[in-house]
Amino acid sequence: MAHGPAKGIGRWLFATNHKDIGTMYLWFSFAMFLLGGTFAMIIRAELFAPGMQLVKPEFFNQMTTMHGLVMVFGAIMPSFVGLANWMIPLQIGAPDMALPRMNNLSFWILPFGFALLASTLFMEGGAPNFGWTFYAPLSTTYAPDTVNFFIFGVHIIGASSIMGSINIIATVLNLRAPGMTMMKLPLFVWTWLITAFLLVAVMPVLAGVVTMMLMDINFGTSFFDAAGGGDPVLFQHIFWFFGHPEVYIIILPAFGVVSAIIPTFSRKPLFGYSSMVYATSAIAFLSFIVWAHHMFTTGMPIAGELYFMYATMLIAVPTGVKVFNWITTMFRGSLSFETPMLFAIAFVILFTFGGFTGLMLAVAPADIQYHDSYFVVGHFHYVMVAGAVFSMTAGIYYWLPKWCGKMYDETMGKLQFWIAFIGFNIAFIPQHFLGLAGMPRRYADYALQFSDWNMVSSIGAFMYGAAQLLFLYNVIRTIVAGEPTSEEKTWEGAEGLEWTLPTPAPFHTFSTPPEVK
Amino acid sequence: MPINATQKITLKLVVVAIGMFVFAVFLMPPLYDVFCELTGIGGKTKGQFEGTTAAVDVEREIKIQFVATNNGAMPWEFSPLQYQVRVHPGEKTAVEFYAKNPTSRDMVAQAIPNITPNNAAEFFHKTECFCFDKQVLKAGEEANMGLVFIVDPELPASVTTITLSYTLFDVTEATEAAVATTN
Ligand code: HEM
Ligand SMILES: [Cu+2]
Repeated sequence: MAHGPAKGIGRWLFATNHKDIGTMYLWFSFAMFLLGGTFAMIIRAELFAPGMQLVKPEFFNQMTTMHGLVMVFGAIMPSFVGLANWMIPLQIGAPDMALPRMNNLSFWILPFGFALLASTLFMEGGAPNFGWTFYAPLSTTYAPDTVNFFIFGVHIIGASSIMGSINIIATVLNLRAPGMTMMKLPLFVWTWLITAFLLVAVMPVLAGVVTMMLMDINFGTSFFDAAGGGDPVLFQHIFWFFGHPEVYIIILPAFGVVSAIIPTFSRKPLFGYSSMVYATSAIAFLSFIVWAHHMFTTGMPIAGELYFMYATMLIAVPTGVKVFNWITTMFRGSLSFETPMLFAIAFVILFTFGGFTGLMLAVAPADIQYHDSYFVVGHFHYVMVAGAVFSMTAGIYYWLPKWCGKMYDETMGKLQFWIAFIGFNIAFIPQHFLGLAGMPRRYADYALQFSDWNMVSSIGAFMYGAAQLLFLYNVIRTIVAGEPTSEEKTWEGAEGLEWTLPTPAPFHTFSTPPEVK
Repeated sequence: MPINATQKITLKLVVVAIGMFVFAVFLMPPLYDVFCELTGIGGKTKGQFEGTTAAVDVEREIKIQFVATNNGAMPWEFSPLQYQVRVHPGEKTAVEFYAKNPTSRDMVAQAIPNITPNNAAEFFHKTECFCFDKQVLKAGEEANMGLVFIVDPELPASVTTITLSYTLFDVTEATEAAVATTN
C-alpha cells in the first residue's frame, strides 16, 4: 500500500509530499543565499579600499538593494518555510501538511517571483537601486522603469508566503496527533505558528504598499507624492508597519530551532517551556506597535519619539526571558559540542549582542546620530545573520542525518563553524566602529579615515563567504558519501516525535497517527 | 458539501489577509491624514481664517521666517520679499512673495504651506493667502503674491520662532486635464 515517490522530474513538479516540498524550499533558498552572497561579495570588494575600483556607483546601489531583497525574501524566509514543511508534520505526528496542493503552488510560484526580480539586472535602467526598504519617492518618482518588475515580483513572493502560512496554521491547528495538546507542541512548531499569524497579517500590507507604488507610478494617484497631496512619510509608516513584524518573522522560527538543539546537547529538557511560549507571543504582539523606531529622524513629535522609544525597549524584556531560558537550560547540563550545538551557542551569544545594539538604536536621541550609519548595518547583521542564518545552519546539521540517513563529517562541520564564526565577527564588529565614527551606509565610497576597518571588514566577509561554500560542500558530501546511519535517535539526548521515526525518514510517515502520552 | 475544519480555517485566514490589504491601501492613508489633522503634527495650516483674536499682546515678539522652495522640476523663480519679520501676537501683518514664470509657456502653480514647529500650526492664522488659489502666470510673466496673517496670542510660550515654508508645485497638466473633462 505504501508507495514511494514518483519517478523523474514529475516528482518535483507535481510534488505534494511535505518532505519533497521542504527539500525544494531548502535548495531554492540556498541558491538564493549564494546569489545574495555574490552580491555581498561585490559590495565588500568595492569597499575593500576607498575610491571606485570595480563597479560604477549606480551598479553598487543595485547591489545593496538586490542583496537585501534576495537575502530577506529569497534566502532566510523560504529556508524556514522549507524547514517548517519538513519538520512540522514530523513533530506533531501528522501524515502531511493540511493543504498539500496549495503547498505545491506556494513553492512553485517563488522561482517566478525571483526570476522577475533578478531579470531586471539585465534590463535597461538596471535592477532596483532604491534600497531594500524602497522608500518613496526614490522608488516611485525617481525609480528606474524596471520597478514594475520589482513590484510584481514582491506580489508573487508575498502570495507565496501567505499561502505557506495558511498551510502551516491549518496543519498545526487541525492535524496534531491525538494527545498532542497545544502546550506539548515543540517550540519550533509554536514559534512557526505565531510567525505564520504574523505573516498573514503583514504580508498583505507589503502587497498593499507596493500596489500603492504601482498606482502612483502608472495610474496617476499620489499616495506618496506631495505634489498631489500625498506624503512620502506615509510610505515609511506603512512599510515599517510591515517591516518591523517582518524582522520577527525572520527570527522567531530561528528561536524555535535553537530551542530544539540546546536541550538535546545539554541533555536536559528546555528550561521554562511555557514562559517561552508566552514570551514568543508577547514579542509578536509588541512587534506591531513599535514600527516608528525606524523613523526617529522623520520629524516625529516628541511624544511619538518617547512612545516608540519605550515601547521598543519593552521588547527586550520577553527577548531577555528567552535568552535566560537557553542559558539556564545549559546550566549544569551535560554539554557536548557537536556542530549544531556550536552554531546554537554562537547564536545565543551573537544574537544577544545584536539585541544590545538594537537597544542602543532604540534610544531616540542617540539614534539621530546612528541612523543610516554602518552601526545599523552592524546591528541587523548580528540579528539576521548570526541570528537567523546561524540557527538555520544549526538546524540543517541537526536534522540532516534524519532526512537522508547519512552522517555529516563532524570535523568538517566544526571547521565550517569556526571559519563562519571568526569570519562573521571580523566582518561585522568593525562596522559598528565605522558607524559610530560617522560612516553612512549605502555609499559606494568613503572618506579615507574609514579605510582600515573597511579592509578588515571585507576580509572577514570573504572568510564568511568561503565558509558557505564549505557548507554547500559538506551538505552535498553528506548526501552523496556520508556515513550511513539508521539510528532512530541521531543524538542520544534528542526528544520528540521526529526521533521515533526510522532513519532516513520514509517518504510517508505517521499515516496512522502516533499516540502522545 | 459540508466544509471541514481545514477549509474553515483557510477561509478565515484568507479573509484576514484580504482585510489587511484593504486596511493598508484604503484605510491607512485616510487614517494617517485624520491623525495628522487631529494632532496637528503634519504642520499643515488651516484654510482661510475668519474669526477674530484677542487684543494685540505687545509684551511678546515672535520671529516669523519665510522659506520658498520649488518642487521637483518646477522652473519658476520663487522667493519671499522679506525673509523674516517680527510681529506681536494678535497683530495683522502683510507680506509678499515674488514669482516669475521664466519659461515660454503659460503655467499654473499651487503653493503648499507648512509650519515648523508643528505645535504652532494651529495658532498661525492666514486671513489672505496666495496659497488659497492656483497661481496662473503667462510665459515670462511675474507677480507679487500677498499673504496676510495673525499669530494667535494663545501661541504656546515655548514658541519664539515660526517658520512658514511654501513649496511650489507645477499643476499645469492637472489643471488642463480638469478643464478638459469639465468641458
Ligand atoms: C531587542 C531587540 C531589537 C531592538 C531593540 C531593535 C531596534 C532597532 C532599531 C531602533 C532600528 C532602527 C535603527 C535605525 O535605522 O536608525 C533597528 C533596525 C533594524 N533591525 Fe533591529 N532591533 C531588535 C531586534 C532585531 C531583530 C531580531 C531583527 C531581525 C532578525 C532586527 C532587524 C533589523 C533590521 C533589518 C534593521 C534595519 C532596517 C533598515 O533600515 O534597513 N532587529 N532595530
Ligand atoms: Cu524594527
